[in-house]
Amino acid sequence: MDKVITMAHGSGGKDTDLLIKDIFTRYFDNDTLNQMEDSAVVNGNSKIAMTTDSFVVTPTIFPGGDIGRLCICGTVNDLLMRGAIPKYITCGFILQEGLEIDSLKYIVKSMAETAKEAGVSIVAGDTKVVEGKGELYINTAGVGFINDDRIISSKGCQKGDSVIVSGNLGDHHSCILSQRMSITNDIKSDCAPLCDMVNNLLSGGIKVHALRDVTRGGLATVLKELAISSNVSVWIDEENIPVLESVKGFSGLLGLDPLYMGNEGKLVAVVDKSDEEKALEIIKKSDYGRNAKIVGHIEENEPGKVLLKTEIGGIRNLDVLMGEGLPRIC
Amino acid sequence: MIDIKKYVDYLRQYDGPCMNICEVCGSHTAAIAKNGIKSILSPKISLISGPGCPVCVTPSSYIDRLIDLSLKEGYTIVTFGDLMKVPGSKASISSSKWQGVKSVMVYSPLDVISLAVNNPEEKYVFAAIGFETTTPVYALLLQQLISQNICNVKLLTALKTMPPAIEKMCKSGSPIHGFIAPGHVSVITGSNIYQPISSKYNIPFGVAGFTGEDLIIAIYGIVKARGMGKVMNFYPRVVTEKGNIKAQEMMAKYFEICDACWRGLGNIPVSGLKLKEQYSFYDAGSYGLDEDIKINKMCSCDKVLTGFFKPKDCTLFGKACTPENPQGACMVSEEGSCHTAYVNGENI
Amino acid sequence: MCVALPGKIISIDNGIAVVDFNGNKVNAATGLVDVKAGDYCLVHAGCILQKVDETEALDLIDLMEEVKAFS
Repeated sequence: MDKVITMAHGSGGKDTDLLIKDIFTRYFDNDTLNQMEDSAVVNGNSKIAMTTDSFVVTPTIFPGGDIGRLCICGTVNDLLMRGAIPKYITCGFILQEGLEIDSLKYIVKSMAETAKEAGVSIVAGDTKVVEGKGELYINTAGVGFINDDRIISSKGCQKGDSVIVSGNLGDHHSCILSQRMSITNDIKSDCAPLCDMVNNLLSGGIKVHALRDVTRGGLATVLKELAISSNVSVWIDEENIPVLESVKGFSGLLGLDPLYMGNEGKLVAVVDKSDEEKALEIIKKSDYGRNAKIVGHIEENEPGKVLLKTEIGGIRNLDVLMGEGLPRIC
Repeated sequence: MIDIKKYVDYLRQYDGPCMNICEVCGSHTAAIAKNGIKSILSPKISLISGPGCPVCVTPSSYIDRLIDLSLKEGYTIVTFGDLMKVPGSKASISSSKWQGVKSVMVYSPLDVISLAVNNPEEKYVFAAIGFETTTPVYALLLQQLISQNICNVKLLTALKTMPPAIEKMCKSGSPIHGFIAPGHVSVITGSNIYQPISSKYNIPFGVAGFTGEDLIIAIYGIVKARGMGKVMNFYPRVVTEKGNIKAQEMMAKYFEICDACWRGLGNIPVSGLKLKEQYSFYDAGSYGLDEDIKINKMCSCDKVLTGFFKPKDCTLFGKACTPENPQGACMVSEEGSCHTAYVNGENI
Repeated sequence: MCVALPGKIISIDNGIAVVDFNGNKVNAATGLVDVKAGDYCLVHAGCILQKVDETEALDLIDLMEEVKAFS
């Protein structure tokens, strides 16, 4: 096997065939994929959730994960947020010439392990090779099935609902940014599939009205989107927002705000008030939910607003993230 | 231990004479927003954001010069994140990348040293903006460049000092009854530096830290001292009366006072710092960057920076001018008055 | 305009301190302040600006008493 990707691997001929057999089907191995047809035909259901996402993170390997784990978690979690059970994933690779084959193997193996953890099969894929400096980009698309009539959407928040965050904020963003700045720490990406957590909530009799994963833009952005979509106001308490001390230190150094920093393994659950304690317990006992907190509630007045009660007793209006959230010194 | 609740209650219930308090420093503007301070204050107490945001007061010609240095002379711009999106007369550093502008974002000016040493064929220009807090760091950088004989780094300076700008605000007729003095500038300069202005105009100054508690006690102190020429240090854990003498000496070694152009305030004599003549090798052409061209003729950043306008008084605010599409520096900088007001949903 | 944070000095070598901020380690130049390992200090843009002196909290309490007495 070659040591680096070359343009030949993208030709569609023999080298492409060898690359697929030696790496992709070897690790993704399943009956559907092994048929190697143009498209995968799979058993369906009346409601099918579909999504797609592309992953371009650098560095591609970081504390707590890598682009491979990330590309499966991102798409799986997007399906879960609609109450779907994720089943099938496709992946498209854009590989730059010069990428080490060993690096690709590492990432593909990580995708396979994460897919297994999430209970999904990678059933189709594509590879392109372009000129460049050895980087890679991955697109994943996912399909999941919704088994009951429940509707879980951003429009579902109701007056009196409780807002629960499944754990510490800002880990992934801090981890990636740390790699690029001259600051060393032990912060790990929290990149994780939330299947166990969502499955437990939905089968646990909880009246879940909305679910969103807290990715780029952070909790504040997600809550603002919920407030607008549902035409409600979201009131949260700064004291209850869970953030690791190391993430507080990191964000303090760079003038950043954990409320606007992304995660890759956390969700916001908006549930009926009567279920809040039970929902919290379920999340805390689920994989990756140990640090969950009830952070606020939903009101009808001042629709579209997100209002934070600060530790000093003030009220702060939160909007979506504006711009890129670049570090500040001045 | 300080019982902060007492002071919060006092400020909420205050019913004395009107108090307009100016927080000069951009980081205070950000901290006030982050802690929801304005929602605690009685309607009789107003906070006005002043010109202490180095991004906001840097004229457009400075950004233009940085971009030219990269495009026409091959320099790589090394800068804090703050400056990347600030528009010059035509474009920002960030939006000029497609034209071939090279830039690197760093946490510390000292990070440019390893860049320069590891890439001796490249030329680097550091976007040296800031006040008295950051100037000593540039002085340390100069010291290192000289001692290590590094010749591929230059500075483009737009350094400013606070007291002349504060005095100009006092003279300008803007009705200010007290100042929240910049916390970290004061670490370097010492709190005594405000006494001459305080005494001359009988306006109290409170040097404040950056937590919610720090701000509450400073605002309380300023309100109580209305009409008095008192300088009060509410940040004694790092601020002293005389400041950091060693840092002041380092600044004086490499920099000297000059006039400076402040966006919004115009030219203020003896309010800037430039490299001394004997270090001119390290200067990338910082003189004469006085021109400030508005992206939009209707931009009122100048009136906002001096406290005459609240952001909502500008006709562009929230309509043509938003954080996604800023028409002036007050909206670009995350510490700018307009950006903070917009994000906080103030009177849109 | 001046984002700075207090941290603890872990070690100093050749004029550069390693400063810890809740598990984040940053190299900071010591050219502006005389410091030693174990000191708490204020760091801005990779440079130590001042030592943090928590005993000054008592000065603050005195100041607040003085301010309360203003009419």
